[in-house]
Amino acid sequence: MNAGLPILRLGDILLSGLMSDLDDKTALAFTDELTTRIADEGIRGVIIDISRLEIVDSFVARVLMQLAGTGRLLGTRMIVAGMRPAVALTLTELGLQLTGVRTALNAEQAMELLGWRRPAEAAEEAPHAS
Amino acid sequence: MLGTDDSQVRTVLARVLEEDRTALAHDWAGPETGDGGSPQLRREAVELVEALRQALTGTLPVSRIVEQDPAVRDALTSLSERRARAGAQPSATAMAILALKRTMLGAIERHTEDSALRYRAALLVNELLDSAGVLTFEVYSTGRERIIREQHSQMLELSTPVVRLWRHVLAVPLIGTLDSARSQVVMNSLLESIQANEARVAIIDITGVPTVDTAVAHHLLQTVSAVRLMGAECVISGIRPSIAQTITQLGIDLSHIVTRGSLADALATAMQLLGDSGRPGAVSG
Repeated sequence: MNAGLPILRLGDILLSGLMSDLDDKTALAFTDELTTRIADEGIRGVIIDISRLEIVDSFVARVLMQLAGTGRLLGTRMIVAGMRPAVALTLTELGLQLTGVRTALNAEQAMELLGWRRPAEAAEEAPHAS
Repeated sequence: MLGTDDSQVRTVLARVLEEDRTALAHDWAGPETGDGGSPQLRREAVELVEALRQALTGTLPVSRIVEQDPAVRDALTSLSERRARAGAQPSATAMAILALKRTMLGAIERHTEDSALRYRAALLVNELLDSAGVLTFEVYSTGRERIIREQHSQMLELSTPVVRLWRHVLAVPLIGTLDSARSQVVMNSLLESIQANEARVAIIDITGVPTVDTAVAHHLLQTVSAVRLMGAECVISGIRPSIAQTITQLGIDLSHIVTRGSLADALATAMQLLGDSGRPGAVSG
């Protein structure tokens, strides 16, 4: 049941990334592992970084949409982060709009969307007023 | 028309060109081409006459000399290109090439008394120089088309700047008609800039777009969804009242897209969106 993809846990957030050549079996194992952990560990948010993917085909797109749907049923927000411009263009041309999937520019912004803030940032805001 | 292609005529013609080469080039380059016979032009004329002579002594049939002989082709191409750059009309260039006929016929007359031979030589000259004239015209129009294509691609790059309005806010002021080639360029540069600037909001300003039809709207929708896939929000601004009416009349559904009347309103909206995304500090930055 191990997909071979790293899944990191940061508080109540799971952070993972997809590598290229994602096949059927890996995708299923990954979905399985992720959902189990969401349910077991009371996860509130999931971030999947796809900045290493140079090609997202309809299969990967469907996997992502299904993951988002499953996550929503379990009360989790799922965010897909780091899509490359070329990938976004191709997906739009194919008419795959990843309905129901929240996107973020990179993993950092995805963390912010889930309510995380860098300590430095809070300090940085105050001097800006001067 | 194999009748014009016998070796006797070709030999005679080649001899005429050989012996009267300079005279021919001089006669022709002087008055006929109408630009005073510059040394440049005379050299080109000599080149062309020489290339024609060599082609005639070769084995290529007359009907294919202009098309396939590299030297003749080069001479004609450079002549046509130079005249085009000098601002000559393509018809004038073609006429100049055709004027070479008269010069050549005159030379043939001086060379032979045999009228049958003269007639066949005239036919051959005709065939040869007609296709040469056509080639100069073709070169001219290909050159023009290349210039048009280059300018078109330059225009594409010029007309789609992506500007940074605020921290994490980008804007694309679109000017002119939005066709699929342009929207592709816009999308590309916008998405690249979103990644480079870590933008959260992209504003597409269509104040300069004269009309919005279903095709343009389709391109806009595509851009918006690509921007969303990148994880940024997209606001469309600069929708004039007449365009808003057209969009409604065409029944185009833009309801899931944030639209604003002016760029200023769009910027205000962008600030709100930035505030919502959990970074109120960004607004003051």
